[in-house]
Amino acid sequence: MITALVTIILLATLAGLATVATAKHVEEISLVDRIDALLPQTQCRRCTFEGCRPYAEAIAHGTADINQCPPGGERTAKALARLMGVEPKPVGKEFGTVPDYPAVAVIDESTCIGCTKCIQACPVDAIVGASRHMHTVIAADCTGCELCIPPCPVDCIVMRPAPGVMQ
Amino acid sequence: MTSSQALRGGLRIEAHKQRSTKHHIRTASHSEHYVIPLDQHSGRPALPLVKVGEHVRMYQPIAQPAPGISAWLHAPASGEVVAIEPRPAPHRLGAPTLSIVIANDWCDEPFDNAAAIVSFEQISPKEACEHIARGGIVGLGGAAFPTANKLESSLCENGPQLLLNGAECEPYISCDEVLMRERAEDIVFGARALLHALCAPNCTIAIEDDVPEAQAALVKAIDKAGDSRIRIRVVPAIYPAGGERQLIATVFDAEVPHDGLPADIGVVCQNVGTAAAIARWLRDRQPLVSRIVTVTGDGVRDATNLETRIGTPFASLIADCGGYTERMSRLIMGGSMMGTPLPHDDLPVIKATNCIVAASALDLQPRGPEMPCIRCGACSQVCPAFLLPQQLYWYLQPFNGEQLERHGLLDCIECGCCDYVCPSQIPLAERFRESKPLLIRELDSRHNADAARARFYARNERLERLEAEHRAKLAEKRRPKSEPSSS
Amino acid sequence: MIFPTAPAPHVVAPDSVGRVMRIVLYALLPTVVLHVAFFGVGLLLQIALGSATALVTEAVALRLRRKPLEPFLKDGSAIVTATLLALCLPPLAPWWLIVSGTAFAILLAKHLYGGLGANPFNPAMVGYAVLLVSFPVQLLQWLPPAGMDIEHVKLTVGETIGAILTGSLPSRLTWDAVTSPTPLDALRTNLKMGMTMAEAQAAPIFGTLGGRGWEWINLATLAGGIALLALRIIRWHIPVAMLSAIVVCASLMYVVDPGAYAGPIFHLTSGASLLGAFFIATDPISAATSDRGRLIYGAGIGVLTYVIRTWGGYPDGVAFAVLLMNLSVPLIDRYTIPRIYGHAR
Repeated sequence: MITALVTIILLATLAGLATVATAKHVEEISLVDRIDALLPQTQCRRCTFEGCRPYAEAIAHGTADINQCPPGGERTAKALARLMGVEPKPVGKEFGTVPDYPAVAVIDESTCIGCTKCIQACPVDAIVGASRHMHTVIAADCTGCELCIPPCPVDCIVMRPAPGVMQ
Repeated sequence: MTSSQALRGGLRIEAHKQRSTKHHIRTASHSEHYVIPLDQHSGRPALPLVKVGEHVRMYQPIAQPAPGISAWLHAPASGEVVAIEPRPAPHRLGAPTLSIVIANDWCDEPFDNAAAIVSFEQISPKEACEHIARGGIVGLGGAAFPTANKLESSLCENGPQLLLNGAECEPYISCDEVLMRERAEDIVFGARALLHALCAPNCTIAIEDDVPEAQAALVKAIDKAGDSRIRIRVVPAIYPAGGERQLIATVFDAEVPHDGLPADIGVVCQNVGTAAAIARWLRDRQPLVSRIVTVTGDGVRDATNLETRIGTPFASLIADCGGYTERMSRLIMGGSMMGTPLPHDDLPVIKATNCIVAASALDLQPRGPEMPCIRCGACSQVCPAFLLPQQLYWYLQPFNGEQLERHGLLDCIECGCCDYVCPSQIPLAERFRESKPLLIRELDSRHNADAARARFYARNERLERLEAEHRAKLAEKRRPKSEPSSS
Repeated sequence: MIFPTAPAPHVVAPDSVGRVMRIVLYALLPTVVLHVAFFGVGLLLQIALGSATALVTEAVALRLRRKPLEPFLKDGSAIVTATLLALCLPPLAPWWLIVSGTAFAILLAKHLYGGLGANPFNPAMVGYAVLLVSFPVQLLQWLPPAGMDIEHVKLTVGETIGAILTGSLPSRLTWDAVTSPTPLDALRTNLKMGMTMAEAQAAPIFGTLGGRGWEWINLATLAGGIALLALRIIRWHIPVAMLSAIVVCASLMYVVDPGAYAGPIFHLTSGASLLGAFFIATDPISAATSDRGRLIYGAGIGVLTYVIRTWGGYPDGVAFAVLLMNLSVPLIDRYTIPRIYGHAR
């Protein structure tokens, strides 16, 4: 009896030591950071918050649901549900839709009047330009959030499939 | 000449090279039309310099490199440019690709490119690189990487080690072997040019241990050139000993970092065919317009190696070899382990075409019915990249990007060794080939999301900082009014 | 001309799951032959019943899962499971024992998890464990081996078949007279009764190295195992690790107290040590993945086998040892991913 007990305790200790010795050191990551890591960082505000980080904070505080992110889609909703330990649910239709291919904003340079309204609206500073100078979207930096389209007074911005993407 | 340690993993498989190495290199018949795809090298497609209807001479540049990684293209024969339009090509079987089509006028009127360079003291290493670029030289080992780009990015302090890859390990392909047998002097000339262009201290020519005639020819050529910097290294004939990363590990006992290039460990690897092409260009003023192509397999009457002009249709090469036999079944560009299956033979030879196998049932050993993986581990025993293919396969369905990255899906060299030994006959190499773009897309989107997050935070900080500065300025403006009253 | 296309590589070695399983069965032949020589033809009927049950159960399961029948029935894995289970059961065990054990193994331990290639536990051992826990009495009723004084209780072929199928013996015999414990079981009982190791091993049920008859059977299994190694059906890591662990544990305890603990040779040649090392633990589907992982896996099975045999509640520990290590395979795999070419050493 004693021998059996000793053996089991020894085996358990060995297993525990092995796990601890080989485990990588994991830094403490806050819940908000973990939620933010799952979000697509489009910063589009479709979730009703002013960017992905505020939405992550709201989920962490329980003031927002996990199904408010259309660019993240079902995949993000499921991952958030798993992280928060709640039932997964489909993305709410009231939060809008996104095309199923990556899209970027493109400024029609022949129409642009250089008013800088779109530059101020872009949440990731993907538009370069200055007052009364040509504006252009850096496609590699554009997340497809579409926040630049409403402020444009001459309606010269459209969404196009991202370069290098096949339909 | 020393023998190095054996490759880890890999397979000893039948070489099937005897038939095609029985004869000397023959010249392929010239063709009525030459179809030259603009994107037949790695990097950006070349930009056409000629127009439809224009007459071009043999060796004339017909397309220039695009900015970045790209290469020159030259006319393989003189004649009229009849079209610049999308045409089917063996490296783009999904859709036709923009190609320059030249109609042969059978005159072979040559274009005079720059003067020949016979002595390297004439030019500086940098000039040598630029000159090599203008010959349209790309890697002839299969990837067709523009050589000048590779050389430029490989220069390092003490000069890199130069490795010439003559270890032709894949079954059926013998173009490098006959090149070494019959044109060893070209290879040595090219080696010396590369040594000069790279400021490299020495050159190692790696060959397998089953090509004694090639070895003897190389020894003779090196002795004739009297260059002690060039030496030969014999490696065991195991597939895929000639894979660039595997060969570097075998010869130099150093591994190329998974996220880096051979230049990162001070090695530059070039195919022996590339060296010979450099020799033809620098010494004989002939840019890269032709290469040796092995035509073999039980489905073709005579197997041989043909000096072929780029743009020649495969059908013409088959005709040169006596045509198909009744047993002809499948056409493969490349060897039996990694070759591309071709739906028909009306496709042009490109710079990367090293071999055409007209395979019959005797050559092929098709897979049996696919069964589930029994996790026997035979695949991990033979993987030259030290992977666990059974785990990669396990994490493909459902697609688990995190585990696939952890187990090194992107390090797979698609050699097919795992496929070969699998008792469940699973087409592993094909599955991995298909899944790599999915994983890359997932990693890219993760990378893009991280970058977008960083820019978002940076912008918020910038706005807060401007706001704070604005408030400070306002406070500054209000203070002088309140001061006199308090004093 | 249009040619059919198929992805590279265009040559593959002509191998199949069926071939692998067939070679395993051939390698088990010496074991089966010697088993029959020492214990009679009961084993053959058990194998036949087990194989039939296995194939029928597999067919039913495949139908329910809407999978094609032919390739999976022909792959031989069910017959291997049945044969290994039959080797673990007493030769005169009633027919419903092998039938229920095999059905359980194929249905619940294999197809419930996804069929061939997806079972996390060794199906034969799951079947055996279920039978051992549910019907412990029947599983300990072995036969005495040939070579002991058993002429008067030996059964003919017909009587053997009758005993298995009907559970009744010819009138001149009783179950008590016919059956006998296994060597490991006898050892355990004798030690409990206060005998020393030397006294216990002097009983007629023990031969020179281990149990009488069993030592030959185990040597035959060793020969089969070496054949499997030579043909590269299995790799050396699991058998060597498992047997080394048993030898190390047994030697240690033997040195501590030779009177209370059996020596390493005894442990190697008794019970299912060698069968387990070469045929059971090496089941690739439920074993660890990398070579280093397999060494740990094999060693774990060896240690647990010794522990269960010596201090646990059952005479032989291979089955539970294998199942326990099957449990730890995901953990082992997680920490034994081999270094990939080009990644930091």
